[in-house]
Amino acid sequence: MTDLAIRVNDLGKQYRIGLAPERYKTLRDSIVDVVTWPLQRIRRGLAPSGEDYADTIWALRDVSFEVEQGKVLGVIGRNGAGKSTLLKILSRVTEPTEGEVEIRGRVGSLLEVGTGFHPELTGRENIYLNGAILGMKRSEIDGKFDEIVDFSGVEQFIDTPVKRYSSGMYLRLAFAVAAHLEPEILVVDEVLAVGDAEFQRKCLGKMSDVAQEGRTVLFVSHDMSAILRLTEEAIVLDDGQLVYRAPTVAAVDYYMVSGFSEAGERVWDDDEIPESAAPFHPLAMRVCNSNGQNVDVVRSTEPISLEVEYQLAEPIHGLRVGLYLMSARGEYVLTSFDTDEPEQYNNYGVRPAGHFLSRCTIPPDLLNEGRYTVGVNASSFRVKRYFMDERALTFTVDGMGAPGKQWAETRMGLVRPRLNWQIEAVEK
Amino acid sequence: MTETSLTTKAAPETILLRPSRGWAALNLMDLWRYRELIYFLTWRDIKVLYKQTVLGAAWAILRPIITMIVYAFIFGQLANLDSEGVPYTIFTYVALLPWQLFSRAMSETGRSMVSNRNMITKIYFPRLVIPVSTILSGMVDFFIAFVILIGMMFYYQISPTLAIWTLPLFLLLTLITALGVGLWFSSLNVLYRDIGYILPFLTEVWKYLTPVAYSAGYITGAWKIIYSINPMAGVVEGFRWALLGIELDSSASLTMSISIGVAIVVLISGLFYFRRMERTFADMV
Repeated sequence: MTDLAIRVNDLGKQYRIGLAPERYKTLRDSIVDVVTWPLQRIRRGLAPSGEDYADTIWALRDVSFEVEQGKVLGVIGRNGAGKSTLLKILSRVTEPTEGEVEIRGRVGSLLEVGTGFHPELTGRENIYLNGAILGMKRSEIDGKFDEIVDFSGVEQFIDTPVKRYSSGMYLRLAFAVAAHLEPEILVVDEVLAVGDAEFQRKCLGKMSDVAQEGRTVLFVSHDMSAILRLTEEAIVLDDGQLVYRAPTVAAVDYYMVSGFSEAGERVWDDDEIPESAAPFHPLAMRVCNSNGQNVDVVRSTEPISLEVEYQLAEPIHGLRVGLYLMSARGEYVLTSFDTDEPEQYNNYGVRPAGHFLSRCTIPPDLLNEGRYTVGVNASSFRVKRYFMDERALTFTVDGMGAPGKQWAETRMGLVRPRLNWQIEAVEK
Repeated sequence: MTETSLTTKAAPETILLRPSRGWAALNLMDLWRYRELIYFLTWRDIKVLYKQTVLGAAWAILRPIITMIVYAFIFGQLANLDSEGVPYTIFTYVALLPWQLFSRAMSETGRSMVSNRNMITKIYFPRLVIPVSTILSGMVDFFIAFVILIGMMFYYQISPTLAIWTLPLFLLLTLITALGVGLWFSSLNVLYRDIGYILPFLTEVWKYLTPVAYSAGYITGAWKIIYSINPMAGVVEGFRWALLGIELDSSASLTMSISIGVAIVVLISGLFYFRRMERTFADMV
């Protein structure tokens, strides 16, 4: 019999809607509630035991799974699928509404590194404070102090108040403390999304160390390649339910193919469009995969299509609608317009009034893995720029199956083409 | 550190998480296990208290002294209130020490859950750690201001009575009251932010219900019983008795018992209410 580290049984968490935007009520509201309560009660009918009130939602429901000791489990799902709620329950921040969880051992969470850091305190002081908040004993922190400082790489500033730190230094120190907590179960949420490539490598290394030491890790990320690299098995959450559990490769495939990933679509509301844009009226921009599905995550090995939908109230002379593609760090990858080709340019000297869709396809095996930003531009060259949104939407390129993926490393560069390499033995 | 039960790998403890209903047990052992966190949070609050101020810890002295001067002028000179034979300045100062400890502890604790929300919504620890460490960190100011009191007693040549050994008990009564009231307000503040507006106002009213600026001797007869429902009235009288030798009246043992009883009831009910509300803090705060 293998030991279980986590056993989750019919877990559910209910939130009251309206709690998020309007987080707290005033005494007056409560008094009003008390007075109007009988009325509401009648209006609501005879809803039993408070469960099915219309103003509540289940962030998580009927979730059951088990994790064996020493396993690394990935948790995938789009925003709002219940991943964070699950992690919050496991790390005991919030209580479940129904069901139960059995946990064997200390849980360390990297939900949000740097919690409890005080800007006025020095790095040294914050290590002790943060360590204590995370549940480390003072003797434990003493023993690991040098290692923590070393890992963070902020030795020279260890006696400087952290408010003088750059955000990168701050983060490295915070992660270093959290990473040296030695829990039996580690819960990690998206921490790798921050920091530079070098630091990310360090973090990933630390995480696989933890796993190799036989401790259990729960890893939540939007970065499918990190999930693939670090976990053997994954669960897919959607709308608060556990919909799939399989070895990671299959789970990621399921997640991406079934279009669970967040829709890569940007719709412009009327109040976001400046008046100067008229007669050009942008409607939406989308990222689609090779099946024509609107997705947030696309594979680098498949063609990616980008489209802009817009209306023209009047004909426009020499209109060109185009894209900027930028890396997450803001480097330009390319700029392209729909009338770049001479043939198109001649056909659309004057674009008539109407409803249009300009679509282009980025060929497979071009982009490296990572997050990209698409900007849109609609203009007549040297006449007028009608509309521009430099950050219309973002999407993620997943590198599964890309050249060189047999090595778990970050490849430098914005592009990752499949080049034709030849290896020849040269005779002397 | 000899206790290593948490880190021993051989026998990891099993934790069962399930919805809890109704009133929870107090579980004060939890607090003991997290004593190092209490220590660090107290230390943090003390450490950052006067950061980036010009006068620094001098504020701990200035606050009671300036209040004392204002009171001495208004109540001592203009209103000419009776100060039972000792100079009005020291008469007020002795009362201001526990009062300012109490009023700050109460209002800081009342706000503590909301001001530490980023910890509460991300990490698990017994929530009681926060109000307790808030109360403890407030004591630093008290001790600094106390040193000045010793100087003033030398200056006015007032020697403390034998009853000075009871002073720690009155200090404890102050802390118990502040923690009890603070626990109620901190849990309520998570639900109703009105508390943030009520607190300064309440502190002001409460101060006049406590004999800080005047002598408790003005209250007599049956009123005295009602008056002593406020534990801080007992504390202030106790401070004056122990330090300045101002006689307590004949009903002192009764009124003091009422004060202590009320403080304990407030603390225990506050603890239970806090524990009951604690599980929703992360969702509501």
